[in-house]
Order: sequence, then structure tokens, then C-alpha cells
Amino acid sequence: MRRNPAGVAGAALLTMLLFPIYWMIASSVTPESRLFQSPPLVPSTLSLDHYRALFDERDFLIPIRNSLVVAAMTTIVVLPVATLCAYALARLRFRGRALLLALILAVSMFPQISIVPPLYLILRELRLLDTYPGLVLPYVTFSAPLAVWLLTGFFRQLSPELEEAAMLDGASRVRALWDVVLPLAAPGVATAAILTFLYCWNEFLFALSFMLGPDRYTVPVAVTLFRGRYQVPWGQVLAATVVATIPVALVVLAFQRRIVAGLSAGASKG
Amino acid sequence: MAAVRLEAVAKTYPNGHTAIHCVDIDIGEGEFLVLVGPSGCGKSTLLRLIAGLETPTSGRIFIGGADVTLLPPQARDLAMVFQSYALYPHMSVRDNLAYGLKVRGTDPAVAAQRVADVSAALDIEGLLDRRPAQLSGGERQRVALGRAMVRQPQAFLLDEPLSNLDPALRAQARAELRRLHRRLGVTVVYVTHDQEEAMTLGGRVAVMRDGAIEQVAPPLDVYARPANTFVARFIGAPAMNLVPATLVGIDTPADAVAGIRPQDVTVGANGQLHAIVDVVEPRGHDYLLHLRLDSRDSSPFLAVVAGLAPPPVGAQVFLAFPPDRRHLFDGRTGTRLT
Amino acid sequence: MSRHVAAIEQEERLLARWLVAPALLFILVGSLVPIAATGWEALHGHDLRLPWLGRPFVGVANFVEAIQDPRFTSALLHTVTFAVVTVPLEIALGLALALIMHTAHRGRALIRLATLLPWAIPTVVAALVWRFMFDAQAGIVTALLRTLDVVGESFDWFVHPLAAWVPIGAADIWKTTPFVAILLLAGLQTIDPALHEAARMDGAGGVRRLVTITLPLLRPALVVAAAFRMLDALRMFDVAYVVTGGGPGTATEPLSLYAFIVLMQRLRFGYGSALSVTVFLLTFAFALMWVRALGRSLVGDRT
Repeated sequence: MRRNPAGVAGAALLTMLLFPIYWMIASSVTPESRLFQSPPLVPSTLSLDHYRALFDERDFLIPIRNSLVVAAMTTIVVLPVATLCAYALARLRFRGRALLLALILAVSMFPQISIVPPLYLILRELRLLDTYPGLVLPYVTFSAPLAVWLLTGFFRQLSPELEEAAMLDGASRVRALWDVVLPLAAPGVATAAILTFLYCWNEFLFALSFMLGPDRYTVPVAVTLFRGRYQVPWGQVLAATVVATIPVALVVLAFQRRIVAGLSAGASKG
Repeated sequence: MAAVRLEAVAKTYPNGHTAIHCVDIDIGEGEFLVLVGPSGCGKSTLLRLIAGLETPTSGRIFIGGADVTLLPPQARDLAMVFQSYALYPHMSVRDNLAYGLKVRGTDPAVAAQRVADVSAALDIEGLLDRRPAQLSGGERQRVALGRAMVRQPQAFLLDEPLSNLDPALRAQARAELRRLHRRLGVTVVYVTHDQEEAMTLGGRVAVMRDGAIEQVAPPLDVYARPANTFVARFIGAPAMNLVPATLVGIDTPADAVAGIRPQDVTVGANGQLHAIVDVVEPRGHDYLLHLRLDSRDSSPFLAVVAGLAPPPVGAQVFLAFPPDRRHLFDGRTGTRLT
Repeated sequence: MSRHVAAIEQEERLLARWLVAPALLFILVGSLVPIAATGWEALHGHDLRLPWLGRPFVGVANFVEAIQDPRFTSALLHTVTFAVVTVPLEIALGLALALIMHTAHRGRALIRLATLLPWAIPTVVAALVWRFMFDAQAGIVTALLRTLDVVGESFDWFVHPLAAWVPIGAADIWKTTPFVAILLLAGLQTIDPALHEAARMDGAGGVRRLVTITLPLLRPALVVAAAFRMLDALRMFDVAYVVTGGGPGTATEPLSLYAFIVLMQRLRFGYGSALSVTVFLLTFAFALMWVRALGRSLVGDRT
């Protein structure tokens, strides 16, 4: 009896959380004709027309490729940078440590729009607009804080005795970092990689500002700019959203526990 | 193997806490020295100072005659066994053992030979390909020891290596350590909070309190002639009884304190002290009696009584003890008088 | 005395500098320098469509223009109101979700999945789906409300200046509640269950325990979650752009979107920079208030 109110509320919340996703998928396989006529909750006829149009007419593979490349490049840069910085923050004593922490936190609070003007002008000067590197710079800057935060919490949890043992064994701090700490940091680094990938895949404003042509649009931009044409082709738009969601869903499915653990660990350290 | 010498070593942390006040000690080659004391006395800090994991704020540390005070741990050629063993979890036992040799660029053939010798000596040959997580507590402890032995360092530092073991295993491990030390003749600095462990293992025992060494001597000396009341009560269980010396008929010096170990007390019809039996604890092959003395002193007087029939609770008894087992301490400073 | 300590600590400091340098470089080049540059740009007149006018220094003229610009003041109002309305809702719903996740036994995996998916989905995707669900013709929400006679036959959310906020709010709340829930769940898990057991033996019921034990102990996590959400709400862009494009007209246009339009569509970089700076100042002011309030409450708690 006591559990029922929680159970009902729980079911309601769950429905609210999952329904839009279900609806997105269901609508994407509903033929165009039925879409605008108060479609039933469960589609009666299924059609893959929208998906076909997505890849044939609109060549949706291109935005997918762009997003993957940018995400990969960003992750490759962020991981070593963030890992080394996090190790220093967690283990070493140095002047300006508190300031650095504050800076990193501050950067994650910046409104993205505030740095668009100069970045746009600089990238235009350097002819990096509409290129991959042009987008990777702001991406690294804005995804590094989360990675550093996560990894710092992770390193703090590793027992310092392991590095001490390595040092007594004759390893310099750097050697100990390489031989002992980094291998054990693999789970944390993996989580940081996942979160960085998610950030890049989802990012919109910078991509919208710095990628100018359809050839370089990332997935979020491509999906949104469908609307610019005639009447909104909802079928295709929804098919595109499903495609945009699949990688994310796969990552989440595969790494649920890791992600929650990573976010919680960072959070509980404050 | 060389000696370890600490000269006026002190350590104060930036937050103002003084962990080590002023320690001078000379550890001989091949000696097994035990640092023992209650938690917070600074014994682990002292060990870490010797290891180089902490730097003293003043004083000097010598290893093998060389001044190593400013040297980092890597350069001191010491081996340490941590309380948690600190085995590298991602490496096999073999790689754990060989790591120190690999880092110092030892010839792989030599390294392999040493690993083989040490694992044979410690009976861990069958574990070489396993990971630390797959080992039992006792096995991990031996691997940690092996990792230290393989390096053939100038001295071994052990930080409470037995405290994570089951009590049953502990006795066995203790005996093994003694055997190993006898065979290898290495210099060992051993930290423990367990005074019994200190007594059974140490060639010399250094009793510490609040960042200073109260007494350094072979175990039997520390037991039979404690330098002050702190050492007297810390070493030996149950703790030594301390009573005003006047109760046992000693008037000078004034305010002196007399000490007598529970095991040295005879409970019977004759004796210098009158007491009433308060609690009788059967311990198996003897009894521990808690007695109340006539004086206002409310702390119980302990006596160990062998035999089958201890006096019952409430009985009035007399306590006797031989004068050569009686210790005398200054009432104010606690220092030994005899 | 500290001669010894200093020598070895020096090495540590040197190593630390090397390890930290790359991250610091990115922060400087990627955000600090640009922010300063934006501030500098805001003091100039710079219209990319009129390059022959050059880039004269105009002092605070752009900011004066902003204050007198009704579209700016509306956007500012929109932003603040949006933040003030959605954040408490997100916290409350997030708390409910976290409590459910905390006490659930069966279906834990499903709940966790249900919580992670909205969080991980791109914001624009979430916005598009909700836009679709509220669509006048194809939207299921609209259809449902029509069936229940709550709205008329020809009702279109996106035509009403106030109603248009509902789909925006719905999308934002749906997307971000899970994140709040995860943060709060971490906080819940640090509360010693023995406290609740003791309270139960003292006779406290569920609600009472929630109010007197859980919420006070959860306070740090709540504060952190609210701060994060508030900052995100003040710089909100994606949702408004996708769901309404700022419309009808400019009725649902937040500050970030207005700044974006001025910059990227009207190409007025001077004025657009000034608008960007105000967004920055807005978040900065909030962060400052928060830190001060936090400091005070932390000190006050030490009674």
C-alpha cells in the first residue's frame, strides 16, 4: 500500500521520459499521408520512405561523417590534455592550483554566444571557417572542463601508495604516472571519452556559426536546417532525428553504469 | 647492508602540526628495529621520512653513511612494504616482482633469476602469472615482501605489514619474518602499533609517543626496565599497575610511583596490599582479577592468577610481589628511578 | 628549515606546470582571450555588410543602443523569466525522479535508461520532437488537448506569444530533468540509511523523513544542481531556435538568440558583441550572487 503512490508517480514519470522517444520513432515510420491526420498511438502502417529519402535525396551520410570526424578529433585532443591536467590537480601541489580550478569551472559557465564573434572573425582570417579544425578548437575548450573535473575526481580515488611504491622501486614521478597510474585510469579516461563524444555530437551553436555549407554541417545543424525549405518535411526530419539519436542511444546503452558513476563521482566531490 | 642514521630529524607540516619533534637514532647493519607506539605517535611518519616520501623540516638522514636527506625516494635504494601492500593491480605477480629491477635497467636475465629465487624462497612460484586481485591476503603479503626482497636494497621498511591479516595467519607470518631475517641478515625498520608484535619481532624496540622516541632497547630490556611510566604501561599486557609508592612502603622520594606487572603479583593471605576482588575474568589457562584497593584510587588493580580456583568476587585478599619485580618512577616526570 | 622541503617541492611544481600547460593554453586561447576580444569588439562599430565604414571605436554606444532597444529588453525579460520558471520545476521533478530511482528495486535498469536517454539526446533533436508533438496539425499533444476540449479546433501554440513558451518549456524540462536527477541521486546515495531507520523507529513517516532528513542533507547537491541549471537556462539558445525560432515575431526570443541573429544574420558585429557581453554579464552576476549566498549559507550552517 505504501509503495503505490511512488509506483504510480514512477510510472507516470517513466512514461513522460520515454514517450517522446517512442513517438519520434513511431512517427518516423508513419507514411507522410498519415502524419498530419491525428495518427494513432501505434502506427498501423509502417513505411521506411522517410529514411530512404533521407539518405538518397538528402545524403544524410555527409553530416554523420562530419559529426564523427569532429567528435573523434576533439576526443583525441581532449583526453591527453585533460588527463595530465587532472593528474596534476589531484596529486601535485603547486601555486595557482586553486586559481586553475576556478578557471576551469568558470569556462564551463561561459555563455557560448559570448565567444562567437571573435572566434568567427579569427577563423575567417585564418580561413578555418567551414573546416574541421575550426570547430575542434571551441569544442576542446568547452568539453575539457567536464573531462578534467571527472578525471580529477577519479585520480583522487586512486590510492597514492601505488605511486609511492613505484617511486621507491626507482621510478620517477613521470614514469610512475605512465607505468602505474595511467593504466589504472583507463575507466575514467573511457568515461571522459564518452562524455566528450556526447558533447561534440550534440553541440549546436558553434556548429551553426562556424560551419557554413551543407558539406560541413554536423548532424544537429543538418537536422535543424531541414526546416528552412518549403513546408516542414516532418517525416524526414523525424527520421533524421532517429538517425541522430541512434549513436547516442547505443553509447548510453553500452555504458550506462559508467556514465552514471562518472557523473555522480564528479558531482559528489563538488 | 648499511646502517640507517637519523640526526635531529624533525617534521612540521605547513598547517602547523608537528609530527616528529626531534629524533636521533642509529640503526645498525642487519638490525631488526621496531618502531612501536599508539596511533598518532609519528611512527609511520618517521618511516616515510626514511623512505623519502616526506622531507624533514630539519635534521639529516643517512643511509649507508651517505647523506640522503635531499634525495628523492627513487635514489635511496630502499624497499618498502605498505600496509595495503600496494601491489600493482594491472600487472601479474611476476611483473610486480620485476618492476623495480626493470625500472633500474637491470639485465633481464639477472632479473629473471632474482625473481625465481625470491619466489622460491617465499613459496609463491605458483602465483607468478596471477593478478593481485586473485590472491588471498596472505599471498599478497608474501608478494609484497618478495617485491622488496628482489631489489636487494640497503634496508627494508615495513609499515604494519601484518595488520591486514587474520590473527591466525599473523602468528605464522611473524615466524616467517623472523626466519627470513635470520637467513638474509638484512636491515629492517618495522612499524607496528601492536606491542606484542614489537616484542616478538624486534632486535631492538623503539617506543614512540607524540613524535619522540621514549626508549630504544632490546625487547626484554624495555619490558624489564621501562624508561618511564608511558613505556611501562604500553609494553606488556595487561598493562602494568601503577600505584603511589607510599602504598607499598616507600616514602622517598616523595610522590614516587611504584609499578608492578599483573603477572608478578601473588594473591593470597599475606602481602603488602590489601584489596577486594571485583571482577574475575577466566582466560583459559589463568584468571585475570580486577581488584579494588583500600585507597581512594579508583582505578582497578590487575593481577594474573594461575591455577584452578581463583578467589571469589568480594573476597578480601592480600597482594604480594618480589621487590626485584617492583619498578619505581618519579611522580612528576614519570622517569624511572631505580 | 624549509630548504629541504623547498628543493623537492620545486620539482613537483615544475612537473605540475608542464602537465597543466596544454589545458591552460586551450582555456586561454579558446575562451579567455575570445571573451576579452568580444568585450573589446563591443566597444567598436563593426558592420560586416558595410566594410567601407571601417571599425571605429564607439565607446559604450552599443550598450546605450541596447538599453534603448525594446527587442533587447524583451529578450532580457524572456531569458530571466524562462530561467526563474523552469529551473524550480526541473529541480522538483528531478528530485522526484531521483527519489524514485533511489528506492526502486525492480526495473532499475529501465529507469536508468529512461533517465539517460533524454539527457544524452542532442538538444536540437529533443526540441524537434517536442515541436512536432505540439504541432497544430500533426502534434499529438495538441490532438489530445483538442479531444479533451481544452483547446479549440484551430488552436496553434506557435501563434500565441505566451502559449509558444509551453513547447519550449516542455522540451527544456524534458531534456534536463534527468541530469538533475542523476546529480541528486548521487547525493541521495551518500545519505546514511541508518538515519532513516533511526527516524522510523522514532515514529517518523515518509513525508516527515523526506522533509527533515533527506532534504537538509541533500542541500549541497540541490544547490549545485540549481546553479548548473540556472546557468544553462540563462544562456539557452538551442531550444528556442529550433522550437519557435524566437517567434511568433520575437515573443519567445531569449538573449542568446537575439545576439546570434544580430551577429550572424545582420552581421552587426559591434552591436552583436555588446549583446553577447550582456549575456556574459548576466551569467556572471548570477554566479557571483550564488557564490556569495553559498558562502553565507555555509558559514551560517556552522552553528
